[in-house]
Amino acid sequence: MNNEPLAIPTMAEMAAQGKEPEILFWVGCAGSFDERARKITRDICKILQHVGISYAVLGTEENCTGDPAKRAGNEFLFQMQAIMNIQVLDGYNIKKIVTGCPHCFNTIKNEYPGLGGNYEVIHHTQLIQQLIDAGKLKAEGGESFKGKRITYHDPCYLGRGNDVYEAPRAALEILDTELVEMKRCKSNGLCCGAGGAQMFKEPEPGKKDINIERIADVIEVKAQVVAAACPFCMTMLTDGVKNQDKEQEIKVLDIAEITVRANGL
Amino acid sequence: MIAQLIFIIILAVAVYFFGKNVSKIRRNILLGKDTDRNDQPALRWKVMAKIALGQTKMVKRPVAAVMHFFIYIGFIIINLEVLEIMIDGIFGSHRIFAHPLGGLYGFLIGGFEMLAVLVLTACIVFLCRRNVVHLKRFTGTEMTQWPKSDANYILITEILLMTAFLTMNAADYKLQLLHFGHYVTAGSFPVSSLLAPLLPGSASALVITERVCWWFHIVGILCFLNYLPYSKHFHILLAFPNTYYSNLNPKGKFTNMASVTNEVKAMLDPSFVPENNGDPARFGAKDVTDLTWKNLMEAYTCTECGRCTSVCPANITGKLLSPRKIMMDTRDRITEVGNNIDKHGKDHQDDKSLLDNYITREELWACTSCNACVEACPVNINPLEIITEMRRYIVMEESQAPASLNNMFGNVENNGAPWKYSQADRFNWAEE
Repeated sequence: MNNEPLAIPTMAEMAAQGKEPEILFWVGCAGSFDERARKITRDICKILQHVGISYAVLGTEENCTGDPAKRAGNEFLFQMQAIMNIQVLDGYNIKKIVTGCPHCFNTIKNEYPGLGGNYEVIHHTQLIQQLIDAGKLKAEGGESFKGKRITYHDPCYLGRGNDVYEAPRAALEILDTELVEMKRCKSNGLCCGAGGAQMFKEPEPGKKDINIERIADVIEVKAQVVAAACPFCMTMLTDGVKNQDKEQEIKVLDIAEITVRANGL
Repeated sequence: MIAQLIFIIILAVAVYFFGKNVSKIRRNILLGKDTDRNDQPALRWKVMAKIALGQTKMVKRPVAAVMHFFIYIGFIIINLEVLEIMIDGIFGSHRIFAHPLGGLYGFLIGGFEMLAVLVLTACIVFLCRRNVVHLKRFTGTEMTQWPKSDANYILITEILLMTAFLTMNAADYKLQLLHFGHYVTAGSFPVSSLLAPLLPGSASALVITERVCWWFHIVGILCFLNYLPYSKHFHILLAFPNTYYSNLNPKGKFTNMASVTNEVKAMLDPSFVPENNGDPARFGAKDVTDLTWKNLMEAYTCTECGRCTSVCPANITGKLLSPRKIMMDTRDRITEVGNNIDKHGKDHQDDKSLLDNYITREELWACTSCNACVEACPVNINPLEIITEMRRYIVMEESQAPASLNNMFGNVENNGAPWKYSQADRFNWAEE
């Protein structure tokens, strides 16, 4: 593993040097503050640097996209956030964005254009797929996943929300591993329980929590790794695995983490 | 001659009342707010052809898909026979297509009979699934006595209609063999000929059987037609416009409220002059008339199959939310609002609303907005849109969001993140 400190370029620095990066990496709130998601954020940066794409982040100039406010019904707050973010993005003349979170991805891609923010937006799993297709990313030089049973949990806002089912799977297919599908997958995938602003509140009374229901699917296919592509799913799945005392048997890893490990970045 | 007159009167009355009830439903749907669903007509026709005509979303559940396909195709094709019955009824003819179509006629009747058997089989299987096997999908809090009976009435009616059709043909076939009266030979009657031995031998008894079944069949169909507007079975008509007017955007994309955009822009830029698009009565939806006409059309299209609820993560884990109930409540409420207008005039207020009187807040807050219900619906109904509109009302008009969500709002507003972290620490991840 390469433990050199990462030098993360910001838009402000780039602008000061009169440069414009090819792509903006939109980190997201979870990617900025959640301990586990921050590792994934750094892994996405490692991938970007490894393939030599010119990129930058907004750093402290980034702001919540407004997604949780919008799903919870607070359209005022959402549009305030959106319009402020669009001003920042347009101020830096940003054309292309990669996000580390399906919620940010969905919001910027689908809901910002109506408010004047038009960008080409991709999720980090789509970037990874593009890099694999272009031959810039392989799965060599790092940890071997050979023979491991890996399953993939579709995040709602990437899968059903935007019909992105194949890109994250492409990143797993090059691993020479056993990719198994859960009974509820792709367009039939079961939510982790965090969407629609549920991440920020206690669930309503019921028989069990949604992430426990989901972990049962993971256990059923006897997966050793469950791949995620969303920081909220990551939290819910990790909690579910803990709840079922399966931390030794089942690892929850983001597609970006798996890619970094497989390439020894 | 008297028979023709009676037939024409029955037909006219049936068509009149059906038209009246359909126009009432149309009026009710148009009580909803405007939304533009007329763009991209070519794509819309394609979606309708695929989803409604081709039933492509049914196949996720293969058993139900095959059985439903039998009934669907039977319904469409056997209606060709109804056309003949109508002409015969009006002009007093008998099997008017038999002579001009010749051998093709016998082939068609044979096909109709095969389909009738498939329809009968499917209806019996469906009845068993509901009443013997008690499939979980057909239970739930919203599946009270009426929705359960409604489903059974539809299936039993279809069984009776098909039985009458086959018995009628059997009697006709037997009369043809006797070369009796105007009963011209009209094919081999592959299914009903097997039933013929069960019928009486005398020509007069056969004529009575044939006539009774003929009248029962056609009057039954006309009664069934008039039952549709009161029933979930109305989906056989509304499935087509409902899929034509489908949401063509990615499912993750929620609407941006133009009324809010105006206010936000005015807040950020005092010199901003909003376009006047007519001030909305309120933000979000408290009652059905705050929803769009498309939401209301969907409510009338819902056939209560429960595919949405069976895939809803909240419902699966025992929460109150059931997307099917959202649609059924919306239909019940808009029907009530419509009835109030008929009884008390246009501006009548009954102090009830969709929120609280029908749908509770606990249901609305249990939604994860995962779109599983939208994906599962065979006719592209979107319960999530209604849930979101009602959340908007609760949050923006009442400020009654759950306390934890209000905290989240405060954090987003003050710190630019849903958690209580300082904006200045946002880039700390780079230094780890």
